[in-house]
Amino acid sequence: MTISIDPQKTNNESLQPKGWLRYFSFSLDHKVIGIQYLVCGFLFYLIGGSLASAIRIELASPMSDFMPRDVYNQVLTLHGTIMIFLWIVPVVNGAFGNYLIPFYVGARDMAFPRLNAVAFWLIPPSGLMLVASYFVEGAAQAGWTAYPPLSITTPQSGQIIWILSVLLLGGSSIFGGINFIATIIKLRRPGLKLMQLPMYCWAMLGTSLLVVLSTPVLAGTLILLSFDIIANTGFFNPVLGGNVVVYQHLFWFYSHPAVYIMVLPAFGLVSEILPVHARKPLFGYTTMVFSIMGIVVLGLVVWAHHMFTSGTPPWMRLFFTIATAFIAVPTGIKFFNWVATLWGGKISINSAMLFSCGFIINFVFGGITGVALAQVPFDIHVHDTYFVVAHFHYIVYGGTVFIIFSSIYHWFPKVTGKMLNEKLGILHFIITFIGFNLCFAPQHWLGLNGMPRRVAEYDPQFQFVNQISSLGALLMAISTIPFLINVFLSVRNGKNAGDNPWNALTPEWLTSSPPPVENWEGEAPLVEEPYGYGKEISERK
Amino acid sequence: MLNKTIYLILIISLVFAISFWIGFNVNLLPTEASINAPIYDELFKILFIIGLIIFIGMTIAVIYSLFRFRKRNDQIGDGIALEGNLSLEIVWTIIPSIIVLLIGLYSYNIYDRMGGMKELNHNHEMMSSNSEKIWAGISQTSDNEIAINNLSIEVSAMQFAFLFNYPKGNFISGELHVPVDQKVSMKMESKDVIHAFWVPEFRIKQDIIPGQPTILNFTPTKVGKYPIICAELCGPYHGGMRASIIVEEESDYNEWFNKNKKPEVNL
Amino acid sequence: MTTLDSSKEIQKNNSEVNETHEDFRMFGLITFLIADGMTFAGFFAAYLTYKAVNPLPDGAIYELELPIPTLNTILLLVSSATFHKAGKALLKDKNSESQKWLFFTAFLGIIFLICQLFEYFHLPFGLTDNLFASTFYALTGFHGLHVTLGTLMILIIAWQSRIKGGRLTSQNMFPLEAVELYWHFVDGIWVILFIILYLL
Ligand code: HEA
Ligand code: HEA
Ligand code: CUA
Ligand SMILES: [Cu+2]
Repeated sequence: MTISIDPQKTNNESLQPKGWLRYFSFSLDHKVIGIQYLVCGFLFYLIGGSLASAIRIELASPMSDFMPRDVYNQVLTLHGTIMIFLWIVPVVNGAFGNYLIPFYVGARDMAFPRLNAVAFWLIPPSGLMLVASYFVEGAAQAGWTAYPPLSITTPQSGQIIWILSVLLLGGSSIFGGINFIATIIKLRRPGLKLMQLPMYCWAMLGTSLLVVLSTPVLAGTLILLSFDIIANTGFFNPVLGGNVVVYQHLFWFYSHPAVYIMVLPAFGLVSEILPVHARKPLFGYTTMVFSIMGIVVLGLVVWAHHMFTSGTPPWMRLFFTIATAFIAVPTGIKFFNWVATLWGGKISINSAMLFSCGFIINFVFGGITGVALAQVPFDIHVHDTYFVVAHFHYIVYGGTVFIIFSSIYHWFPKVTGKMLNEKLGILHFIITFIGFNLCFAPQHWLGLNGMPRRVAEYDPQFQFVNQISSLGALLMAISTIPFLINVFLSVRNGKNAGDNPWNALTPEWLTSSPPPVENWEGEAPLVEEPYGYGKEISERK
Repeated sequence: MLNKTIYLILIISLVFAISFWIGFNVNLLPTEASINAPIYDELFKILFIIGLIIFIGMTIAVIYSLFRFRKRNDQIGDGIALEGNLSLEIVWTIIPSIIVLLIGLYSYNIYDRMGGMKELNHNHEMMSSNSEKIWAGISQTSDNEIAINNLSIEVSAMQFAFLFNYPKGNFISGELHVPVDQKVSMKMESKDVIHAFWVPEFRIKQDIIPGQPTILNFTPTKVGKYPIICAELCGPYHGGMRASIIVEEESDYNEWFNKNKKPEVNL
Repeated sequence: MTTLDSSKEIQKNNSEVNETHEDFRMFGLITFLIADGMTFAGFFAAYLTYKAVNPLPDGAIYELELPIPTLNTILLLVSSATFHKAGKALLKDKNSESQKWLFFTAFLGIIFLICQLFEYFHLPFGLTDNLFASTFYALTGFHGLHVTLGTLMILIIAWQSRIKGGRLTSQNMFPLEAVELYWHFVDGIWVILFIILYLL
């Protein structure tokens, strides 16, 4: 094994970060910023989840009785926006990226620590502003896609606040992306080659490329939209000669890549977690790298599959069908490689492993419905129905959120030096898995049989299936309880984890847990084989 | 080794058998009520079966590995240091590529049969009257169609209702009545925001975009009353924006039409 | 340890990092400019689509006068060259010469903005007249914002280069190089904008 660990692992207490106050400060430490992202994101997840619960309560009966119709639209808009821009994107990119990337490249911090802190501190105010807009004149109510002309004609102050806060969040995301690219490309420890980086770095490189290339287009689009609202221009207002489909093209040029911004980092995280708990090297490193880049390139040219019913010309539909479906190929490579990583391992069945495997199963399901949706004739029937809602929750929740939980179970000992309770963790997994499938699997049927999305009232024949779905949502809400208890108990008096409880080989474990401010005492280790499991066992403890 | 191969083949055939059985016996779709619908359901069945095979296969692989390769209590050390296998990688790149390509070609064929790739009939009477640009939804036609039989209806969508204008009878209706087995051609326009015209039993949907008059053609095949649903978020009452389409025998339809018909007004 | 201390700690460590790595600030700036360029790309794509798909109402004015924008193009191109001169002078430690060139560049930028405003006031259409007008103002306005920012930054670095051994010296060229790159980028965008907005 060719890992040269600096042997001087002292426990110099004075260098251990202390004090919880620094989590509320403009800290420049990438580890602090990472935790800030995570906690902030999780709080917004609870808000977004409460809104989701409100949606499911409303939909437990076919009438619009739990809340007024326009409030329902505000709730679903806020739910979508919060979950995407304030939970998934900041957490899989910002939180884990900031915490792990400097370790992985062997640096003491990100390339631009100040920009990093700015990027984080843009999030809480814009998030709070978004939530608060509900109390002004009503929040935005045109869906997270904000299609004009609806977004131009609905009450305007809420929509303007929505635009402003998404712009700020987009800016935060761009700053983060620039920082990640610079850190991964330029800040690598001398001697560390690109093809020796842990897979999460590659995932973040791909993601950041997508962020840098597509988020600015969203910003431009939203600026034009805000002109339409404030200055009465007619970019997207057909009454003034504008064209609403142009908005959809520009919006999806960002928002399709955004779905890979939400899932590629998760792919990276699984690639870190599986080898550790299966005690095997990551299968097919090189193909994994190429498949990430393949997803990045293809991801940029498939956006119009969200617009198959918008009157796009036939050739365009054909092109986007084929391009979209082909994303299944690089994605499939990754999934087969993960299964091959499990195959023949010595798998510890713990919470991190269970959530990762749950991710694989759920994502494959969501991916397959995605490939079906990519087929124009198929999509025409189910577009804007609960089938689509089911598709993307299978991916964003069953995929990304599962991986966030898996990662928390995996890296909690790193961050706190304490273990999480496994029994509570497995309980959390079981309730989440059952609740999730109960909630979203029936929605496929709803969509196929005629229930459109974004409605507060529906045909009574769908009541029973909707109630099953709401029951599943209830279980999901309950499942957060064991998790929260677990975290609180373990932070206070969890079992001591030691520095490297999983016996992992990736660089973040080759220092104390929690790590010192400068990440390593002395020089950063050169990890040439982050997945060198099963080799010369005698050399490891 | 031989044993293993036999087991593998057995499991794969079992997965196929289960998937085909489910694909053919579980019906997830509503009634078929237009000539589009059986074509759509054919595609659905194929996608469903392929999807099931992949999903069940992957699930079995994951759960099997979890059980078979779980760490027993007395075990220490790592798994085998297997870092990759080029031929395997090639296999699982090529097989999905082929599947995806075949699905793509097949769904192109389906789309063509639904009339999606067809140029719109530009001699359409409604279009000769104005020179504005017309966008095309699906343009379902059967080969023995008779142009005169074409029913032309003008649909206008607004917050929060559909109105159906029958220019030949010079009246407007809130319900869409059409005779069975005849091609219906609709010109759809929106008065305010984007709406969408969706009839689940017909498997058709088309956005109605302000500023873009759109043609949508279909041929109903089954007498009955079906919902017309607005599928694009259009405001608070989006969920209530529904209408009905009534497919009836030609005689019934004519009766209804003549009852509502108004004399031509000469301006 | 207080927050301040740990921040200082990091900064210290970070300067260590800076020593062992080549300067990556330029790399970060280039990445940022790519992102910025994508915003313009989005606007250009929207403009070209509108032009192809959405006919203007009858009687709407399409034609733009060419003299001012042509002059502006020349101004910006010249300013790119003068900026380059400033850099060369600084490299030879000729601070005052460099400063002169910088001020001249900023002056050209200001003239550009004045010409732009002049054009705005003499155009026969306003922001909300029609789709072409709106896109025209959005594009040129967004670009003008970039020129304004650039001019301000040039003035700042011109101020910084006033003394030898100050913030901007031949040893520390980064501020100048960064603004120069940004300025060339803004020029490049203008050329594209000029071609597709005025010439096409
Ligand atoms: C993280 C988020 C995420 C991810 C990763 C994806 C991934 C995919 N999505 Fe999804 N999608 C969304 C989030 C996501 N989506 C959201 C939020 C919406 C709705 C937006 C809105 O309107 O509000 C949406 C909507 C959406 C639509 C539009 C539906 C409509 O509105 O009508 C389509 C259509 O093509 C689509 C397709 C796909 C495809 C083909 C993939 C592929 O990347 C999936 C590839 C993966 C696999 C296929 C599984 C693994 C592969 C194998 C095991 C190999 C073998 C498989 C085969 C040969 C098939 N998605
Ligand atoms: C990106 C991530 C993401 C995530 C994680 C989720 C999570 C969930 N979503 Fe979400 N959803 C979207 C993204 C996401 N969603 C998007 C983009 C849309 C489209 C919006 C649009 O159309 O514009 C959407 C739309 C959407 C709809 C369709 C609404 C409609 O079209 O009318 C529904 C309906 O069932 C739904 C349900 C749920 C549920 C039940 C969860 C659950 O998984 C949530 C589980 C979590 C909890 C239940 C939290 C637990 C906490 C509490 C209960 C509160 C406790 C409080 C304190 C301690 C303070 N979502
Ligand atoms: Cu009309 Cu929804
Ligand atoms: Cu997409």
